[in-house]
Amino acid sequence: MDNIVLSWFTIFFSAIFTQNVLLTYYLGMCPFLGASREVKTAAGLGTAVTLVMACTTALNWLVYYYILIPLNLEYLRFIIFIIVIAAFVQIAEIVIERISEKLYLALGIFLPLITVNCAILGVCLFMVIREYTFVTTCFYGVGSGLGWMLAILAMAGIRQKMVKSKVPGPLAGAGISLIIAGIMAISFMGLAGVIK
Amino acid sequence: MGSCCSKKCDNKPSMNTNSPREIIFNGIFKNNPILIQVLGICSTLAVTNVLKNTVVMGVALIFVCSFSSFIVSLLRKLIPSRVRMMAEILIIATGVILVDIMLKAHIPEVSRELGPFVGLIITNCIVMGRCEAYALGNSPFKSMIDGAANAVGYALVLVVIAVIRELLGSGSLWGVQIMGDWWTNWSIMVMAPGGFFVLAVMLWIVKGIFKEEPENG
Repeated sequence: MDNIVLSWFTIFFSAIFTQNVLLTYYLGMCPFLGASREVKTAAGLGTAVTLVMACTTALNWLVYYYILIPLNLEYLRFIIFIIVIAAFVQIAEIVIERISEKLYLALGIFLPLITVNCAILGVCLFMVIREYTFVTTCFYGVGSGLGWMLAILAMAGIRQKMVKSKVPGPLAGAGISLIIAGIMAISFMGLAGVIK
Repeated sequence: MGSCCSKKCDNKPSMNTNSPREIIFNGIFKNNPILIQVLGICSTLAVTNVLKNTVVMGVALIFVCSFSSFIVSLLRKLIPSRVRMMAEILIIATGVILVDIMLKAHIPEVSRELGPFVGLIITNCIVMGRCEAYALGNSPFKSMIDGAANAVGYALVLVVIAVIRELLGSGSLWGVQIMGDWWTNWSIMVMAPGGFFVLAVMLWIVKGIFKEEPENG
């Protein structure tokens, strides 16, 4: 029993640090480069991604194992997963708008963009390939979302500090961001010894 | 620049190119999706540490991109504009499922190594971007060429990255050992940070060379 609990936490923390979806698998790069100019935007987007990722991985696990497998329709999973994600995002938008206007203003603009975020679909596909159980999937989904948020927040912080530094012309913008991401990926790899 | 994805793309005016040759030139060089628009590096960069996987991935992407551009363009008058994003995603996903089944049947070992990344072509901004920006307003044949040309431009850059990464990181190309015994592998190259660095340096070089040219893309 202890072993199972331990493995949940291992997966949770490795999803945040050593197996970070963004820095190890390059998932969700577009918003990472596009929306990381300010910490505030990055925090909003990060929260929205974490929320959607945590809920949709769990939902997709249920759909995959209780609907697609019994019906022998595994090959349709790409379409089904995308539909589940898109539907969830739509419903989440409506619910958040009703519950809190403040939250809606903070997250609302990011939600529609998330449907096409590779990280969400990527995590859903990883959980199928790695054959995680339901609880493991929940930990993995939340961990991956937090990991993505951590990476984009760190990136936004660094970029805000860099506004006044002199970057060679052709490298400015996407180029320097990629180099920062590379260095961040190296530093995240350094944590590999901590989590086995 | 650099901001994603489809939402932004529909503001972009369609290019007024007529001849297929011009469309191809635009897609591969003048408007190269990665180097000029910095779009869609999301999922495919992950497989560039091995050249063989990259080539398979590139072919898959070319197929999906031309297939979905063609179908979207055929159906463009029938798709209500409110649900067009959803319709496009479904068409793209159909193409990806075809590719996935084909890969599993013919080259199962590569398919296993690519793992989830074939499925992730669905969320690749290039495919969706071409559907939104070009296929919705042009004839099926031209859209297919445009989709294919952009995907070729994209795949070419990935192949260059893969050659650099595999050669420096494993000393081999296409699995064949190239470097002699004196060579020490740069193991960072086959790991994630290597991809970031190689792409950044490529961007640097390309932008540095073409900086003087007036922007009319």
